[in-house]
Formats: sequence, C-alpha cells, structure tokens
Amino acid sequence: MVEVIDARGLSCPEPVLLTLETIKKLGKGEVEILVDTDTSKENVSRAAQSIGWQILKILEEEKEYKITIKKD
Amino acid sequence: MEGLKNFFATKKGIIFVGLVIGVLAPVLQKLGNPPNMGICVACMERDMAGALGFHRAALVQYMRPEIIGFVLGAFLSALAFKEYRPRGGSAPFIRFILGIFAMIGALVFLGCPWRTILRLAGGDGNAIFGLLGLIFGIWVGTRFLKAGYTLGRTQTLASKSVGLAFPLLMFGFLILLLIDSQPEGEPRGMLLFYSIKGPGSQHAPLFISLGVAMLIGVLAQRSRFCTMGAFRDLLLFKQGHLFLGVAAFFLAAWITNMILGQFNPGFEKQPIAHTMQLWNFLGMTLAGLAFTLAGGCPGRQLFMSGEGDTDAAIFASGMIVGAAVAHNFGLASSPAGIGPNGAIATIIGLIVCVIIGLTMRRR
Repeated sequence: MVEVIDARGLSCPEPVLLTLETIKKLGKGEVEILVDTDTSKENVSRAAQSIGWQILKILEEEKEYKITIKKD
Repeated sequence: MEGLKNFFATKKGIIFVGLVIGVLAPVLQKLGNPPNMGICVACMERDMAGALGFHRAALVQYMRPEIIGFVLGAFLSALAFKEYRPRGGSAPFIRFILGIFAMIGALVFLGCPWRTILRLAGGDGNAIFGLLGLIFGIWVGTRFLKAGYTLGRTQTLASKSVGLAFPLLMFGFLILLLIDSQPEGEPRGMLLFYSIKGPGSQHAPLFISLGVAMLIGVLAQRSRFCTMGAFRDLLLFKQGHLFLGVAAFFLAAWITNMILGQFNPGFEKQPIAHTMQLWNFLGMTLAGLAFTLAGGCPGRQLFMSGEGDTDAAIFASGMIVGAAVAHNFGLASSPAGIGPNGAIATIIGLIVCVIIGLTMRRR
C-alpha cells in the first residue's frame, strides 16, 4: 500500500519533517506527498533525494503537487 | 523561464543569490546606509514604524525603501513565475505575537539575522554572541518542531485580491515617500517623520535602495533564501542547502567590506552595537526562536508576503508594531547598552515563545 502524506498548507519545514519521519520509519517502499507550494515541492524532493529516495513523478493539479517517491 | 526557475533551486542558485546580497548590502552602506546595516530587516522595519510616528525615537525615523522593494520585488517575481497564491488562516494572531517578540529580541541585540551576518562581516565581535544566541534560539525551535509543533494549515483564499493587500500597502508607502520627501533639515514632511541625525538620517539614494531591494526580492523569492532556515535545516535535517546561501552572503559581504574599507575588527565602539554579551545572546535567542516558530526569517516573511501569504504579512506587521512597543517602553538597546526594560521584556518574550512552542501541537 502506498503511504500518503498530506502536507498541504503546512508551514516550512513541516512538509519535510513529516516526509522524513515517514520514510525513515518505512525504510523502503513508495510514498506520496501532497503539497501546495513550489517551495514545499522543492524542499521535499531535495530532502528525499538526499537520503537515497528516488523521485518517481510529480503531478501538478490546480497549483497542488503530488510527489511520488520510492526506494527499493 | 523554466530553466531560470530551476536554477535558483540548485546549490549554485542559492550560492549565487547569497553572493549577490553579500556584495550589494555593503555597497548600500557605502552609498549612505548606516554602518553594518546595508540591509537589516528589523532595523529598517523599526525605521518605518518611526516614519509613521508609531514610535517617536528621533534617531530612527525613515520610510525605508528596502522593505518596500523586498515585498514588491517578491510580488512581481511570484506573478512572473506563476507562484502568486493568496493564502492565510494559520493562527494569524499567534504569528502577530511572534512578530512582536521577534522584533523586541532583535532590538535588544540591535539587528536581525541579516544584520548579525553583516556585523560579523564588518568585524563586529559582539555579533558572535548574537549569532550564537540566534543558533541556540533556532535549536530550541527545532526541538518543538520535532515534538510536533505546528500553527496549523494555511488555506488557499478564494479571492485573488486578498494577497494584494500587503504589496499594495508597501506601494502606498512608496508613493508617500515620493510625494512627501524630507524638507531640508526638517524632522517632518506633510505626514512622514524623518531623522535629522542618527541611523534614520543615513540612507543610500532612494532609487538605488529601491532597485537593489527589488532585485533581492526577486532573487530571494526564487531561491527561498532564508537566514533562519539555513541554521534550522542544518540542525533539524543536517541539510546545508540554505546554509550555503548564508555562507556565501557572509563571505561576499566580508570581502566587499575589505575592499571598501568597511572592515573594522573589535568589540568596543562598534557602530550601532553594545557590548552586553549576555543580552546580545539572549536577544537573538528570542528572535531566533520566534522566527523558527513562525517558519521564516524576517526577510523570508517579507518575500512570502509578496507571494500572497497573508500569515507572513501579519508576522511582518507584528514586527512593525513590536518596534513601536520596543521604543515606546524602553526595551530597545542603544550603543550604551540595553534599554531599562529590555531584560524583562526578553525574558517575558522567551516565556511566551516557549508556551507557544509547547501548546501548539499536532493532534
């Protein structure tokens, strides 16, 4: 099952904090993160990549982003 | 446009922005801004509060175009890159209080994080204690964040015009500054208050300040440059992306100061600074904690307010009110030392921020 984090509307650095907490807990797998600013999109992507997770895709819809990350 | 958008999110991008700000700030000083205050968001908002008569400290009254330029530059950048999005509603009154105490802490030290870096780059050793306090305050803030601190979700606001209010207020201030300039040697125009001596009387030419600040507003909006976030991300995630920007800012400012003959190392008789190191430390501890709890340094709050973030606009408004409180009630420091009520205000501020940090939690 894909873990989903809803970080829409949260201030910096909460989207990154929630993402890192979740992926550290999971260790591997697939996670979707919902954010609603470009800043959060960049920060979450950068943080996930920095600890070895891969960005699978980023979907943009109505100024909201769904970031899918994965680690095997 | 897309390439430019991505460039500023890279390491090279944030370093570039830090270098540009680091060169321009000392140049503004050379052109007339107060010493080690080429840019100081807190001091400049304090001068604005003085220009509006919110406080009547005669030495610090000027409608600083740098603050106006930061907001308008970020606003135009957000529009151009389609990032303008009116939002708000995340505990606005708590943010207002955090803004007030952030300013009080900054005025006990005599500078925001931007000026802390610039004071260091100008050789002011007292700023070491301010920097240590800033880092300690941010560290305390990260403990709250780790424990689930949040001010709740912001909402995207239905009306596009809601986010225009703060940029329009700044535009109004600009118009006021242009039509109500300082009569020669007088402390008051038609409406605005001015300083005849002291830091408020020292300023670079208006259009240079405005132009530089608008450029910085664009660059900082693109790159998310944040002097608090730099240390917060290092302490919280061991991520140095934003820190690279601040390191570049310091290095460029230091080199520019050396070239311009503005580097004067020492502790005594540093410009617009005092040597009461405990209060330099604790003032910036308070400011650093308040910035962390509010999610951005005072510059970043201005850039976000330009993007339509009304919560950031409320924090910035809190800082302007905080400046009035600080100067009206003897909380602000001077080169002679802290104000008569500066110590108690700092302690009250720390208590209030700790209560906010402990009680605002994710369920």
